[in-house]
Order: sequence, then C-alpha cells, then structure tokens
Amino acid sequence: MIEKNYDVLVIGAGAAGMASALEIASAGAKVAIIDREPYLGGILPQCIHNGFGVHLFKEELTGPEYAERFISQIKSKDIDVYLNSTATRMAVHQPVKQVNICSSEHGAFKINATAIVLAMGCRERNRGNLGIPGTRPAGIFTAGLAQRLLNIDGYLPGKRVVIVGSGDIGLIMARRLTWTGAEVLGVIEILPYPSGLTRNIVQCLHDYDIPLYLSHVVTKIEGKDRVEAVQITPIENGVLNEAKTFRIECDTLLFSVGLVPENELTQSAGIKLNPETGGPLVDSRLMTSAEGVFACGNVLHVHDLVDWVSQEAQLCGKEVLSFLEGKTKEEVQGKVTVGPNLKYIIPNKYRLRTKNRFSMRSLIVKDKATLLIKQGERIVKRVPLRHVKPAEMFHVEVKPEDLIDTRENGELLPLQFSLE
Amino acid sequence: MSSKVYDVAIIGAGCCGASIARKLSAYDVSVVLLEKCADVCFGVSKANSGIIHAGFHHPVTSLKARLEIRGNLMFDQLHYELNFPFKRVGIIVAAFSVEEMKTVEHLYAQGIANGVPQLEVCSRERILALEPQLNPDVVGGLFAPTGGIIEPYRYVFALVENAQKNGVEVKTNFTVSKGIKEGDYWIVESKEGETVKAKYVVNSAGLYADEISKCFGAEEFKITPRKGEEFLLQRNARGFPNHVIFPVPGKHTKGILVIPTVEGTLMIGPTAEEIDDKEDLTTTPQNLEKVFIQATYMVPTISRREIITSFAGLRPTLPGNDFYIEPSQKQPNFIQVAGIQSPGLTASPAIGEYVKDILKKCGLKLLEKSDFDPYLPKQIRVRELAFEELEELIKRNSKYGNIVCRCECVSEAEIVEAIQKGHTTLDGIKFYTRAGMGLCQGAFCTYKILKIISRETSIPIEKITKRGGGSWIIYKKLKDLELMENLRRI
Repeated sequence: MIEKNYDVLVIGAGAAGMASALEIASAGAKVAIIDREPYLGGILPQCIHNGFGVHLFKEELTGPEYAERFISQIKSKDIDVYLNSTATRMAVHQPVKQVNICSSEHGAFKINATAIVLAMGCRERNRGNLGIPGTRPAGIFTAGLAQRLLNIDGYLPGKRVVIVGSGDIGLIMARRLTWTGAEVLGVIEILPYPSGLTRNIVQCLHDYDIPLYLSHVVTKIEGKDRVEAVQITPIENGVLNEAKTFRIECDTLLFSVGLVPENELTQSAGIKLNPETGGPLVDSRLMTSAEGVFACGNVLHVHDLVDWVSQEAQLCGKEVLSFLEGKTKEEVQGKVTVGPNLKYIIPNKYRLRTKNRFSMRSLIVKDKATLLIKQGERIVKRVPLRHVKPAEMFHVEVKPEDLIDTRENGELLPLQFSLE
Repeated sequence: MSSKVYDVAIIGAGCCGASIARKLSAYDVSVVLLEKCADVCFGVSKANSGIIHAGFHHPVTSLKARLEIRGNLMFDQLHYELNFPFKRVGIIVAAFSVEEMKTVEHLYAQGIANGVPQLEVCSRERILALEPQLNPDVVGGLFAPTGGIIEPYRYVFALVENAQKNGVEVKTNFTVSKGIKEGDYWIVESKEGETVKAKYVVNSAGLYADEISKCFGAEEFKITPRKGEEFLLQRNARGFPNHVIFPVPGKHTKGILVIPTVEGTLMIGPTAEEIDDKEDLTTTPQNLEKVFIQATYMVPTISRREIITSFAGLRPTLPGNDFYIEPSQKQPNFIQVAGIQSPGLTASPAIGEYVKDILKKCGLKLLEKSDFDPYLPKQIRVRELAFEELEELIKRNSKYGNIVCRCECVSEAEIVEAIQKGHTTLDGIKFYTRAGMGLCQGAFCTYKILKIISRETSIPIEKITKRGGGSWIIYKKLKDLELMENLRRI
C-alpha cells in the first residue's frame, strides 16, 4: 500500500485550491494538491470570457488567463501535484488525517497530512433537483455542461435555446451561444430581479436583444426524444397566472439556477455542514468542525467572483500555516449570528485578537442599506452599503480594536449582524 | 432476408420478455428477443419501483397472486446466479385508523391464503420498533419480512446478458409491425425493415401488447396505461426507512410508498392515474405534490431538499386487472403475456417458467442443454470495493482509477464494460453503471461519457443519443474551433 506524507493536503486544484496551496507552500510547508481532472484550474479553463481578476490583478483576464497566473506559480514551487486523482474517503478525526485517493495515473494510494484544505468547489443545481414538470427528453443541460461542451470540446448542443435562470453562467452562455450561431430565445427567471451580475445582464442579454422574463416560471417541458418546447407562466401577485401561459418552441434548455457546494466527501467524513450555505460550518480560522480541516472557495459558500475565491483561499492558507505553527489554538472565539435581511455570514465565529473578515449575502434588494454589527447591546460598527442584492456578495472587516472582551457564562457574547 | 427460422421470437425486452428468454436459454431451442427501443429494459420495466412484493395484495383466485408468490420465492436463487443487487428488507403496511386496521386483517388473511410465509399483524409498539421512522400516529400494521427490493434495470440487464451467454439473440431497434403466418412459422416484420422467422411468438410487449396482438390477427383487447409519478431522493436521506413502507391500499392501487432502494437512495411514489397516451411520461406539479403529502404523512422526516429527480412510468393494465398469460385462441403458436402490471416484476421469474410450460404444451420440444451456464460474475463496482481490492484492480487496468461519475463513483472501466455489453446510449450506460444518476444528474460526466462512447464504438459524438430515436445530444461539431486547432498545430 502506498502512503505519502505531507504537512498539508489540498483537495481540489481550482481557484481556491491553487491559491491556498501557493500560500502554504510559500512558507515552506510540504504541500500536495490533488484534482480529479487531468489539468489544473478547476472550472476556469472553460470560462473563456473576460472579467476575471478585476479586483485581484486590476486587469480584465479570461478564465484560462486567470488560472494561468496560479498554474505557473504552482509549477515553479515545490508543490506535489496529483492530477486524475479523486479523493474517495477521508479520516479526519485524528491528529494525522488520512485521505484515500483513486487515480488512473498513480493507482490507489493514501495521503497522510496534518492539515487538509477542502477546495472541491460546487456543482450546478439541475432540472432534477428543481422538480420542473414535463417530459425528460434529451437536450436539457446545465449551463456549465453546455459551456464545457462548447468552449473546450467544440460541440454546439443545440440550435434554438431557452435558458432557465438568470445566473451568471447562463447569461454568459446566452451570449456565447448567440456568437456561435444558435438562437437564444429567452432567459426565464422566477424572481422579480436577475440572479446574475448587472454587467452580465447588460453585456450578454441587452446587447443581443435576448428577452429576459422576470417573475416567470417554466411550467412544462415538452418533447419525447428531444426537447420540443417549454411552457412559461408568469407569476403575478405571488401566484402563477396560468391564463397567461405561453410556449416557446426550442430544442435545447439550459439551466442556470444556482450552485451547490459539493460536500458529499465532507459529510461522509462526519464534518458538520451549514444548512444555509451547504458548505461546512467554519470558525474564524476557516477551520471546520474537524480540527485541522479547513475549507475555502465555493465548497464553503458559493462566490460570485473568482477574485473573492482566491482571496478567501489565501487567507485560508495563512490560517493553515498558523495552525501548523500551533499559534491559533488557544484563541477564544465567539459565535456569529445572522440577523434580519441576511442570508448567511462566513465564517460562523469571530475572534478578539486577530482581524476578522466576513463574507455575506443579503436577502433583500436595497439602495443605501446599512449593515449593523453588535456585540450584545453594544454597537460595534455601522457599515453603509451603496446597494445590496442577493446576487452580490459583500465583505466586511472587523478589527480587534472594534471589539471588546465581554462574556456571559465564560463565553464571548455573540457578534450579531443585521441589515437595514 | 435471413432464412433462419427461430424456435421462439419474444416481442418486448422488459422484465417478462427477458425472464422468458433466460428461462428458454436453458433448453436446446433457438430464441430471438425483439425490442423496439435502443436498449433492453427501456420501456415499462425501466420506471418500475423495484419492489419484490410479498404476495398479500391480491386474492388467491387470481393468476397474479400465484405467480407473485412463486416469483418472490425464486429471487434468492436468481440473485445467487446472476449477482444483481437484491435485498429482502421486508415490507410494512402502516395503518393509521381502526378502519385501516380492518383492511390489514383482511390483507393478512389474504396473504395466509396465498401462502405468504412469516406474515405478522403488528401492534403500534411492534410496528414502531420495526420502523422508528414512521409517523407516531400509526396504530398498527402488517409486516411481511419476505418482501424485498431490486434495481429493475440491473435485474433485466442480468437476465438478458445471461440469456445471451446461453445463445439467445437480441435485436434492438426492432419495432414489430406485422406478423404473417407462413406454413409452420411466423414471419415477423419490423418497421425498420427487418424480418425474423419463428415457429412460436411470445407477445410480451408491455404497453403495446394490444397492438402486437392485433397485427398478428390474434385477440383484440385494450391496454390502458396507468401512470405513476415518483421522486428519487439522495443517499443518507433523513427519512430513509429500514423496510418498504406501504399505506393501507386503495381499491385499485397499492398507494404511495416509501422505498429504500438497494443503492441507498430513497424513492417515494408512485401515483396512479389512467391515461390515454402510451408515451405520456410527463410529471405534473399536482401529482408530485400528492406524492410528498402522502409520503411525509407516513414518514415525516422526508425532506424536499433531498430530491435528486422525479420521473414517471406507465403500468400496462387490462380490464379486470389480472395478468393475461395464455396461448391465443385465434392464432396458433402465439402466446399472450399481457396486462403485466404490478406485481409484474415480482412475478416475472415465475412468468418465465409459466410461459415455458405453455410453449411446451403447444408442442415446443424442450430438451435441457447440457452446457447451460446459469451464472454471471458479479459486476465490478469501484464504489463498493475495499481500498486494497481497488489498488490491485487499478494495477491491472488503470481505467478503474479514472472516476468518471463523481457522484456515484463510477470508473471509466465500468463504462467501457457497459459499452462492450452493448449499452451505447447515455441512458443505457446510466442504468447499467449508475453514471449520471447522482446529485449532479450528469452535469460533470456527460461530456466524458460521450467521448468514451465515441472512442469505443467509433460513433461520432453528434450521432450518440440519450435513448435512441431522435434523442440526439449534440447538434454539431464547430468548424471554427477545428480551424483554431489546425492553426495551433501549424
């Protein structure tokens, strides 16, 4: 049996995995990174549109270009890369963690590591989990699968396309398919506002006169062998107005209806998940309920920009290093509570002596909103926000000087977040 | 036209056709199994709930009760020989009122009359001890430990594979359109323009048994599809029970069930609705709502958040609701196997035997083969292997190390095996290997599987289908990218 030993094993070589591995390796720790695909970069290689790196590199890069910035560094650093390698099982509730790996290239082997970084990313929600009624013909794709087929393999999945959901991948694909000669007949969004970034609505739909049907639902998929049409019904005053149902004839349906952190491996290892995000619960160090197992990127919570993924992963890398040095072990942490108008906050704990960086999503669409942070009755911070909406994640820093050490029954008072 | 005259042509490769074929493959007769779809088990049997019923639902006077009991008993042997997954998890009927307990008493008496072993009427305490997931409002119920679960498609695939191993020929994409009697044999024509000759014809065409009967000039009857809609929920679902849970049955159906599948997923359903269209596999929000309401009434922890997908299937029903298995009175050497709805899957091994006996009575000479091989090796599944086994396996074939379907942990080697066994559509591979059946529903693996099919069969990717016919997946290969690739090479 082959067993390999490392300080840190990073599972997943997408944006999160690469950035955290680089951070950890830069301090000299012995790092391995594994990925199930035959290449580094995760989903980035198929994202050939631009708009990546605006925050991190102050440049507009394509997905492959953005990935390349990290890939070249990974290759130049002393990081062991195992491609075509899938983690099948983790034993994490022990000082030295062990991961079983199945690989066409390296065989079945085990990696022992003091720390693990979970960076497996997310998957797309699909027609099945949504329970969209109708038949089950060929021609139903997730937007990401269609993107992969088109951008990497060079296959056009259909001629007349309807896109369900206004998530970013769907919007990008509306434009991409139009460029390729397919007809995009509409984007159907259940909510009264789009799920994707504003810039994508403008650049991908408006510029090509692709109709966006807000507050509309696909009520039936038709077609025996291949998709033939979809029936679409508007939502008016909170209910379906069936009298206004209309039909679009098409041969292809793309679903861009949100992403779900992929945590089957995490869950089977007995790590606790956060029902609100689908990712693991993490403390202020981005450490999961298993000591020494960290999480970052889309496996933790779904991000809208890859820049934020890389940034979170770099922070995670730093935390892993502190953990390896035994620095953060004793630090007292308090709970973080999610108040009105917020969907979730990551991480789920805060600390007093080190800077805290929180990522969160709003439940509401609002101009000139205020984020209120309290420790008990004491107001820690009021953060003015120009515009909030569920589609766009925002971040807030809380520094040690903002906080005081106030406890109840020996526990730090919870840090309460609310949006108004 | 081939001049070969088969002894038996079986129309329809669902669980009945497959079981008959496999039974006959033990004898020195030539058999051809004809299927209109691109693969076997693509019709009624595909959407079956996979329950091996215990045999208390139908009165002793019915043919289906006899075949159900007999079929149930045959599954241990079949499982041993063919290695498809099968578990006798037991069946529970949960009663929620005194009135319903009366029906339970009736089911018990019926089951005893039918010869169901180990049947037990349970108190509230007993039933809750057996099934702690049940709604505590339960007042009692019936427990039948001999009930079980299988995966219907893997069962049918195994039967067909073993039949083929013993000489049965299978023709897919063969839509029977006409039967002509010529001398002592039938000429069976297909819509696709092929012809097969056979001395005996078995009509096990499921939903289309009435149309097949008609085009052979045999009895006229009408098959009415009864649609059932179901939900599949993920592994480790909170509501996963130890047994198959039935409500107290209604007049025509067994009701909405909660079914733990052999693979550890959870299934709830089916509805029952008589319809006209034999191809109507649509699901509707109303029916799926009904499924959830009834399933969560019995098992309150079942959660909508755990849905993988939903689907619909059609039961081929006849007036009177019994099976119709007998030689045609109008046409010689034409055997009707029609109206095989629930418990058809359970009864199918017994139907194989029963039809074999009918054929014998009709004059088919049945000599046992000396070299009949009843066994199939256990399919290798990376998901189920111990680390050390996997390690050895990958050393022999590195394709076992390439996990193509991450959700169900299916390796490239398993997919190649499915293709080599003749499953060359996406659905065929899905049902054979489970690739694409998990949480992502093929979002991550579809392109990989398309490439593997194309590589192994030389079918261009644009010609690969989801399940045959017009179910194409890719419209075209892009030329501009070819150009770019060419430029890169230069």
